[in-house]
Amino acid sequence: MGTFGHKNSVLPGFGPTLGYTVFYLSLVVLIPLSALFFKTATLSWDQFLVAVSAPRVLASYRVTFGSALLAAAINGVLGVLVAWVLVRYRFPGRKLIDALVDLPFALPTAVAGITLASIYSPNGWLGRFLEPRGIKVAFTPLGIMVAMIFISLPFVVRTVQPVLEELDQEIEEAASCLGANRWQTFRRVTFPTMLPAMLTGFALAFARAVGEYGSIIFIAGNMPMVSEITPLLIITKLEQYDYAGATAIATVMLLASFILLLSINLLQKWSRHFAE
Amino acid sequence: MVMHKNGDSNSSSVSEPAWVRCLLITTALGFLALFLLLPLAAVFVEALDKGWQAYLAALQEPDTLAAIWLTLLTAVCCVPANLFFGVVAAWAIAKFSFPGKSLLITLIDLPFSVSPVVSGLIYVLIFGLQGWFGPWLQAHGIKIIFAVPGIVLATVFVTFPFVARELIPLMESQGRDEEEAALTLGASGLQTFFRVTFPNIKWGILYGVILCNARAMGEFGAVSVVSGHVRGSTNTIPLQVEILYNEYSYAAAFAVASLLALLALVTLAIKTVAEWKIRQVLSAAEAKPETEREPCYER
Repeated sequence: MGTFGHKNSVLPGFGPTLGYTVFYLSLVVLIPLSALFFKTATLSWDQFLVAVSAPRVLASYRVTFGSALLAAAINGVLGVLVAWVLVRYRFPGRKLIDALVDLPFALPTAVAGITLASIYSPNGWLGRFLEPRGIKVAFTPLGIMVAMIFISLPFVVRTVQPVLEELDQEIEEAASCLGANRWQTFRRVTFPTMLPAMLTGFALAFARAVGEYGSIIFIAGNMPMVSEITPLLIITKLEQYDYAGATAIATVMLLASFILLLSINLLQKWSRHFAE
Repeated sequence: MVMHKNGDSNSSSVSEPAWVRCLLITTALGFLALFLLLPLAAVFVEALDKGWQAYLAALQEPDTLAAIWLTLLTAVCCVPANLFFGVVAAWAIAKFSFPGKSLLITLIDLPFSVSPVVSGLIYVLIFGLQGWFGPWLQAHGIKIIFAVPGIVLATVFVTFPFVARELIPLMESQGRDEEEAALTLGASGLQTFFRVTFPNIKWGILYGVILCNARAMGEFGAVSVVSGHVRGSTNTIPLQVEILYNEYSYAAAFAVASLLALLALVTLAIKTVAEWKIRQVLSAAEAKPETEREPCYER
């Protein structure tokens, strides 16, 4: 303790609190996660490659990562729009709408799943209008994307919103005094300031959508090779007692989340750097 | 909450023409109505599809009552454990500086970036029949996977970061001057925490707890892997919703789901109040050093 500088010495409890933090973190998170790697390590390299690159598994990556990318991109654009409208404009019900943006965080995924499935089913509220026009949402990859848009909706809004609130409008005034029109001001001044936050939100939304399970399985139809997401494939393997296969695919998913987490951290560092 | 200087002013230099504003507001609200309000309304409409009688009857099914009971039990186990951890971790991280701090914060956030299915799987790998402790547990007649302990463990994992990640930035922003003053005046460590720190972070604690609780009661993916889906004994509310839905008893499924939707709405309401209170506490803390000076509204 003493080695970490005299500034710390006044407040008590550093040793026990840090000790308990590391202990509980190891017990609940680190040791269980390491079990996944140990289990994977018992597979031979060939077994591992076969398990993670079977055609059905590759198809599930395409569906999962492709849909998540599209969903995050749509949220990237519309999330910025929602954040902009909530920060810059005043209209009745704004506070209520602002609070409701977090609904996908609070609503359990299974509830979201059955609700979206019923809305977009052929005789649901929206399905009955979309189906005759040839747009099938429920039980297709499009449904997966709809569910992903729902559950990752708050991320971009909530990362961009504080940046817009902090943004000094004097800078925009200055740009306009120097002769920029409103669009030029947005494109050259406001947008670059929001960009790091927007990318952070995009990455968070993407990460959440990739791992999502509950809200998707009800609307996806879960057809192998077409609309089967990777998390569902892990569960399917597990139910067939193919522990090795499930573990290998889970390791790929976990590595993907680590890479995403790392890039999100770098993005956040970049946006902090940007803010200063 | 900072009021906007140019709230509704029409100065064209920093605002858009009225028609652009209308268009943007309409698009944003349309998007939110389609993706948020419509599903929310659908839960309640579908739940009451067969009338109040059927709604109440669906909630009084023995299996549903068992699921509600198990969900409450899970939350009662998880929330205090993660609350205690969150406060302890925030104290260590926010009030002291030490090497490896940012790595520690990243590791605490880790469960948020792991897929729920993977979160369940790791406990199967440890406690399942083919797992590390599986044979030993079976020999001693202890069931963790496909039983209540597994559900609690998986839920503790997925709700792990909520309290800590809310309290760390809040306590960091408040510094440690007040605590140091209390200690100098002779308070003990625990007195300092309960009399000085706690009043400053109580709304942050509420915020973390309410979100932790919502996730604990609503977790589906991780719990689904470890639960084994035994009706009436290892089904939580979300799993019960899934079973009813897959049996095509839609009205009953939505009736049970509406409980969780109500929980979500209550969570959002409390969260909004807590956020507002936290902002008040923070702005009061910011204003403090300036009390000697005249509050200045320059320009």
